[in-house]
Amino acid sequence: MSFQIKSPGEAYDVIIVGSGAGGGMASKILSEAGFSVAVVEAGGDFDPAKEEDRTQLRFPWESPRRGASTQNRPFGDFDAAIGGWDIDGEPYTKNDGTEFDWFRSRMVGGRTNHWGRISLRFGPNDFKRKNIDGLGDNWPIGYEDLKPYYDRVDKLIGVFGSKEGIYNEPDGFFLPPPKPRLHELFIKKGADKVNIPVMPSRLSILTKPINNERGACFFCNQCNRACQAYADFSAGTCLVKPAMKKGKVDLYTHAMVRKVTTNDKGMATGVSYISKVDMKEYKLKSRVVVLGASACESARIMLNSKSKVHPDGLSNGSGMIGRYLHDSTGSDRMGFIPDLVDRQKYNEDGVGGMHVYTPWWLDNSKLDFARGYHIEYWGGMSMPSYGFGFGMDTIRKHIKDEFGNPGPAGGYGAGLKKDIRRYFGSMVGMSGRGESIPRYENYCEIDNNTVDKYGIPVLKFNYTWSDQEIKQAKHMQDTFEEVLTNAGAVLFGEKAGPDSKYGLHAPGRIIHEVGTTRMGDDPKTSVVNSNCQAHECKNLFVVDGGPFVSQADKNPTWTILALAWRTSDYIVSELKKKNI
Amino acid sequence: MNRRENLKLLFTGSLASGLFMTGCGPEAPKEIAHAPTIGEGTKWGRTPEEMMRNAELKAEVFFREDEMKKLNYLVDVIIPKDDVSGSATEAGVPDFIEFIVKDMPYYQTPMRGGLMWLDTQAEDRFGKPFMEASEDQRIEIIDDIAYPDKAKPEMSRGVSFFNTLRDLTSTGFFTSPEGFKDLDYKGNRPNVWDGVPDEVMAKHGFKLEEKYIPLYMNPDTRSTLAQWDDEGNLIG
Repeated sequence: MSFQIKSPGEAYDVIIVGSGAGGGMASKILSEAGFSVAVVEAGGDFDPAKEEDRTQLRFPWESPRRGASTQNRPFGDFDAAIGGWDIDGEPYTKNDGTEFDWFRSRMVGGRTNHWGRISLRFGPNDFKRKNIDGLGDNWPIGYEDLKPYYDRVDKLIGVFGSKEGIYNEPDGFFLPPPKPRLHELFIKKGADKVNIPVMPSRLSILTKPINNERGACFFCNQCNRACQAYADFSAGTCLVKPAMKKGKVDLYTHAMVRKVTTNDKGMATGVSYISKVDMKEYKLKSRVVVLGASACESARIMLNSKSKVHPDGLSNGSGMIGRYLHDSTGSDRMGFIPDLVDRQKYNEDGVGGMHVYTPWWLDNSKLDFARGYHIEYWGGMSMPSYGFGFGMDTIRKHIKDEFGNPGPAGGYGAGLKKDIRRYFGSMVGMSGRGESIPRYENYCEIDNNTVDKYGIPVLKFNYTWSDQEIKQAKHMQDTFEEVLTNAGAVLFGEKAGPDSKYGLHAPGRIIHEVGTTRMGDDPKTSVVNSNCQAHECKNLFVVDGGPFVSQADKNPTWTILALAWRTSDYIVSELKKKNI
Repeated sequence: MNRRENLKLLFTGSLASGLFMTGCGPEAPKEIAHAPTIGEGTKWGRTPEEMMRNAELKAEVFFREDEMKKLNYLVDVIIPKDDVSGSATEAGVPDFIEFIVKDMPYYQTPMRGGLMWLDTQAEDRFGKPFMEASEDQRIEIIDDIAYPDKAKPEMSRGVSFFNTLRDLTSTGFFTSPEGFKDLDYKGNRPNVWDGVPDEVMAKHGFKLEEKYIPLYMNPDTRSTLAQWDDEGNLIG
């Protein structure tokens, strides 16, 4: 990781804080419109095409821990994203009896270096949930406002999928989907029996090239390691770097933004940041400030940007900054398919994620919870790494020999070795990822007693799940059991019950947190307007997940990208009109 | 053939020299590097902190010589050489376990204590430490702790130690080059995914859904630039 500190010159037209999906998109659109842009990133530079940054196509033994996770790489030693839920010197706190785990990636491209590339448009219902179930609030915009931007994002970045004509799962401009893997066909068979749809997944991975700058997928199943051919979407490779090549974009790395600076009229004048290299504070000036630091980090920056005009934080007269924080729900189950024991070996890697998935398929008015979930599938002959071969003390008894006799639990020797060999590739698992209800009571705020190692006050979280999410997780567990059993799988472990909230992960664990600077027409109940412009500071915009009024039963990235593009178009027009 | 040669072969074969012609419209077709390059670098994206931590862990020594001797014996009992692949020691499993207990310190006491527990068992039963007992005597103790469903309750400490050792030995072996040879693992190299092989589909009685067949990624057209009509139908 190279250190890169450029000396600040004149004022920029726009300063963008963060280089993930939202910040990356803003950097591209605003620089292409001819504006000078500074991108301020808290982590280092990163380019997976450089040999020194490459973790792709490495074998497990190239890591001394065989790819096991570490504090800074919770998804394994080869995962591209550096940071995690627990970063030395960058703490956060929680109120007693509540939980929230905050995942951060300190690097160019941010968390888009890790994610599963699941790229789903929100549907018409997803913007108007209050109309449907009376809970939460409607967005001030609808699907029709974002559709043109989703279309552009599809073409600019690329997503494979199939046109299905499902009302709330809008189709797009799709690249060809890959054929299903064998375990996915077993899943499909099981799901068919219980009338649960399984269809081609929608991932932002190039199964065909979309331009001359990026290569196409070569099927290594390692998007989370970042692609040296740029065949998957990450904000660094697809947005920030191209913007730097073409436009007036300066990238400031290792720069931890402390606050947005303002003048005595309360307008933004730039940002103040701590350089991680020399631990000194620097200032940058601009006409417009765009926050894309992630829902919680942008809220933190705004709350820390207090002034005479903004005594409770920048554009926080409503007290809404940090409120309505919500993450997706998540619960999982795994099993093993005896029919896959002793399977024929071939390269089954495919793309870096599932080839099929299940969108939400039920009507909540007939259920005891309000919002839906989609199901992700995994398993098969993916590359063994740390953890493969564990658990033979319980699993081995399910592996039958050629005469149909079950193996002993545990054991040792040639028989054990043979059974692990035969068992390879027969695992299958599923994960539900669902929509939670955004609530005023779930929030992050500034902890008055704690600072990070840069001296910046940290966030304190207050988050609990409600019965809505817990009942949804119960439904997931029932569904998983039904699908896996019908797919011919043997279920592993006990079914998650009420003591574990049905396996419901702690908030923050699914890394889809949004809502902290939510949009709305009423400045009393929202932080930004429908153009993601701060109600009380006209030259401040938010382009990450913060402005989401509600998270759908979908991953947020595609909507962050579409919204950031729309917001950037608005900024261009306002700058040209000299309104800001 | 080493991995590098292997990859080279793949490129010259199915991936057409690693270069694809792409382009459309008036622009001259441009060659883009479509397939990855594999260097022999060792940095693999490590941050300075990570490099330091790995180096520190490698410099530390956890297992004493006598413990290592016991470990060498035990891992080969768990994963012996057979006609498919070599043994756990041949695959470097003890070195892996030495690293992992330093990286994940919660393993340290159970592992050290478990190795000691074998000695106390051997002392109580045969009046000598584990490694000085006969092969039959050692296996007698191992048989008492290797089968969790049959083990006597008083053996539970030994069972839990052996479960951990079995986990670490198996994972250490099957994530090594020897283990990949054993599994006949074919992935982690550039290729073109065109679905489950026909004979495997037939064996399990699967067919692709008709409606998706024209949509699926087609290896023959995967190098041409994507184009759509206004309705989002792929036309190029």
